[in-house]
Amino acid sequence: MSLRDYEPIVGSHVLAELQALAVCVGGRRLQNISSTAVGGGVAEILTHMVPLLRDLGVQADWDLIKGDQAFFNVTKAFHNALHGRPERITGEMLEIYRATTEANLRELRFTGDVIFIHDPQPAGLVAHKREIGRKWMWRCHIDISAPDPAVWAFLRPAVEQYDVAIFSMPDFAQTLPIPQFMVPPSIDPLSNKNKELDERAIEQVLGRHSIDPTRPVLTQISRFDRLKDPLGVIAAYRLVRKRHDCQLVLAGGGASDDPEGLEVLRQVQEAAADDPDIHVLLLPPFSDLEINALVRGSTIVFQKSIREGFGLTVSEALWKRKPVIGGAVGGIKLQIVDGFTGYLVHSPEGAAQRAMRLLGDPELRRMMGDNGYEHVKQNFLLTRHVKDYLLLMLALDHPDQRIITL
Amino acid sequence: MADGSAFHFRTEHRLVRLTGLRATTLGGLVAHLRVVSGSSVFYHTHHQYLARHFVKPVFYNDFAAWAMEALQEPELAEKLAAIDLLAFTAIRPLRNAIVETIERHLAASGAPMRECPSGDEFHFCESQSFIVPTGLVARDVGEFFAVLPRVTNVSLFFHFFEARLRLEQPTNDFSAWLAARGAQDLAYAIDRLDPYVVTLDELKAQILALDPSSARGGAGQ
Repeated sequence: MSLRDYEPIVGSHVLAELQALAVCVGGRRLQNISSTAVGGGVAEILTHMVPLLRDLGVQADWDLIKGDQAFFNVTKAFHNALHGRPERITGEMLEIYRATTEANLRELRFTGDVIFIHDPQPAGLVAHKREIGRKWMWRCHIDISAPDPAVWAFLRPAVEQYDVAIFSMPDFAQTLPIPQFMVPPSIDPLSNKNKELDERAIEQVLGRHSIDPTRPVLTQISRFDRLKDPLGVIAAYRLVRKRHDCQLVLAGGGASDDPEGLEVLRQVQEAAADDPDIHVLLLPPFSDLEINALVRGSTIVFQKSIREGFGLTVSEALWKRKPVIGGAVGGIKLQIVDGFTGYLVHSPEGAAQRAMRLLGDPELRRMMGDNGYEHVKQNFLLTRHVKDYLLLMLALDHPDQRIITL
Repeated sequence: MADGSAFHFRTEHRLVRLTGLRATTLGGLVAHLRVVSGSSVFYHTHHQYLARHFVKPVFYNDFAAWAMEALQEPELAEKLAAIDLLAFTAIRPLRNAIVETIERHLAASGAPMRECPSGDEFHFCESQSFIVPTGLVARDVGEFFAVLPRVTNVSLFFHFFEARLRLEQPTNDFSAWLAARGAQDLAYAIDRLDPYVVTLDELKAQILALDPSSARGGAGQ
């Protein structure tokens, strides 16, 4: 994709703003460093973001750290602990993290004027900031509003060495001696997951999964994870079914290497076994077009999470003009404007009641769909995200100023 | 804005800075309000004017909205919303007015302070603004009104809200420039507009209605 491809969506004035800011950024090189090139939200955003930055004339690169399974087991435990889940972190685990960080420090070439580190896995690289120099930014993509104190105590000294830290929501901010910024994540409207599809492509996907396009479809796209409350969605659907002939699609992937995910999937399949109108779809990796079609073929989308980092699946559905019923947690609260782009709920009963209201009122669904599209266009598209990163690079030169004349 | 004669329209880009300070009670809110930056007070009293709303919010002021929604304190919410932002040309007295309003309410109520529900904490943020030229320039009053329809809401926000309150000028940029050009009546008429009770689109329409070259113009030079 090139910058020009976004013009019909966001308008020429938005691109002109980005180009003007990119000129201000000048020749600064931005070196992103993360832990994986595929899978997960960070890789998805960087895949689309780096080419756009280059198109704007910013010298953007993206490097990966290396680690063995033991290292990624440790960082997975860190991830869970930062999300507030109790995890047993041993001294041996901390040593694995330190040793892998040191190995990466020996191998990586730090070529950027701004080193942009994503998430906790590579966060320790900042240990050699004094020798390497440059400006360092740490982007935390996860919810650390209530982190496990032990893991945060381990990571915090590293985070404090950065020039700035970036979080997705105010709720995730910490008391830190460095500037912190809010930058919500974004969706790429031209990616396979979000681009326009023709009706035939949508019907083919629905047909492949024996979903009837003539009856209403309620859908939740998410990992089979307790925190996404798939059983609560089934409970809501059963209440709706008493009044409306409809179908439920629960589609997600990524459970194969996750014992807990497999157990949740088993429970979901068991709960759905007696109802042919519940479609439980375990999708393989790289199913973006399929997910796109499933959402576009839906009447209403759920994201009934009990806890959520940001929940970009909400924006992905709103972009397709679908009203979304979501749990009133995390970033879902920023994306669903209650009563205007969907509904925020706290229980399966609440979700069912809202779904019945929407199913009975096509005009309300259309109005919410249009609102949702506009809300995402204003706030959660990749172009806004690019603008925020350009401004961040400029902000690094003015850490103590709140009004900067460019 | 004005380089002696011409008016250069500017606009702004914004980043939201996070302070890490959060309040769960009115006491906590006041304690943090005393120490946060002026940019934080400005952010929480003004950012809603720039946001897109599906319907006009009841409270544009975050402190009032939080008192109402998270603490169920409607009387305080109304009093905070009633603070006349137009009466201030600096952040410090505005901050004092907010703090005093909350303290008077706490002293009068005598009831124990309510704790907000989990997830509804007040998070203190700040604006970091990047001011850039728009390329739009007016060399005289006629050009000013000719160019104004092309001025964005963000540019209007900068010249009306930021310049006056954050840069501590006695009036908005438009009135200051028009007065310097000898258009005292126009300057006064624009200065009298209340940007806090209308949307930015409505504000722009109100200014355009004052165009002396237009039949609708309400104030002459």
